[in-house]
Amino acid sequence: MTFINYASREINCKIVYYGPGLCGKTTNIQWIFEQANPDKRGKLVSLATETDRTLFFDFLPLDMGTVKGFKVRFHLYTVPGQVFYDASRKLILRGCDGVIFVADSQRPRMEANIESIANLATNLKENGFDIRSIPYVLQLNKRDMPTAAPVEEMERLLRFRSEPTIEAVANQGTGVIETLKACARQILMELQRG
Amino acid sequence: MAKLDLVMFEEEYKVLQEIITRLQTESSSKVVFLVDKNGQQIAASGDVRSIDATSLASLTAGNVAATDGLAKLIGEKEFTLLFHEGEKDNLHISIVGKRGILVVIFDQSSSLALVRLRVKKSSRELQEIFDKVEQRAQNQAGETNFESPFSEITDEDIDRLFGD
Ligand SMILES: Nc1nc2c(ncn2[C@@H]2O[C@H](COP(=O)(O)OP(=O)(O)O)[C@@H](O)[C@H]2O)c(=O)[nH]1
Ligand SMILES: [Mg+2]
Repeated sequence: MTFINYASREINCKIVYYGPGLCGKTTNIQWIFEQANPDKRGKLVSLATETDRTLFFDFLPLDMGTVKGFKVRFHLYTVPGQVFYDASRKLILRGCDGVIFVADSQRPRMEANIESIANLATNLKENGFDIRSIPYVLQLNKRDMPTAAPVEEMERLLRFRSEPTIEAVANQGTGVIETLKACARQILMELQRG
Repeated sequence: MAKLDLVMFEEEYKVLQEIITRLQTESSSKVVFLVDKNGQQIAASGDVRSIDATSLASLTAGNVAATDGLAKLIGEKEFTLLFHEGEKDNLHISIVGKRGILVVIFDQSSSLALVRLRVKKSSRELQEIFDKVEQRAQNQAGETNFESPFSEITDEDIDRLFGD
């Protein structure tokens, strides 16, 4: 749910990083946090376990500049990936404007990717969204891993609409901004339709 | 359609801000925040700079969402109130209508009873504004002549946001 404030001339958008455990969601927003101009970013809030696994969500507010005289602010969230945190994942999708699905390219993780997309579809639906029409980007992460499946194979398994698909190595920052931008573009273009 | 954007105009925002400011003074609290259930701050009053408001908004919404989930688990519709008592400061969180959350931070210069009383009154007033905003959004949904300033966003606008 985009929050457009005509009084303070601000647009707020919520973007959720989704995907199976350890696919690199937190790494994506950590990298964005480290790269962002300190004036433009808020605090990175991580509700994590002792072992650094996301427990509820990570959250990063980001000031992007202006469009048509309105300040654009992104609120980036990640979900916990493990299967048993499903209730939390559902809550975080509440009122989101766009979803970035981070797929783990390692071949042994392909089933987990497929399952996670199915789970995303269900949880979006329960929040009143349709996975086929919400702003959506597919990121193929961990392209550097020796066991990475070929891109064509992953696209065949994971793509289901003509979503932008971006190859990434999140811990090196490759493809991270490009992914965010692809999602932002769809969200802002959607505003045009009102 | 789940996606009903929250569009707030100058006049409504001014009234919201007035209600929040009055609540903060009349309840003798330190800070009052009005937050959206999706984690975005709508209005604030008091010693706002002493707190990271954006994180507060997001964590409050997360907290309320989790509590909503707990309520459903045990068969309640929702818990309308959360109260956290600290050594110095206390946190009073309440739900306003379908989409608002009111956060009041107060210390010993106020009391739970007073905060409760004032929150109750302000909630009713806030509810009226929210209803108005929603009503307008619904009316506009069927109407095509509402001139959105975003009708001509270009690729260049988006590139500029990302600094290239
Ligand atoms: N080799 C490699 N490791 C990555 C990549 N992205 C993330 N990682 C690592 O994968 C692990 C899990 O990442 P994390 O972001 O915590 O996963 P999350 O569960 O999706 O939040 C961490 O040790 C990251 O450093 C990548 O593109 N390549
Ligand atoms: Mg994580």
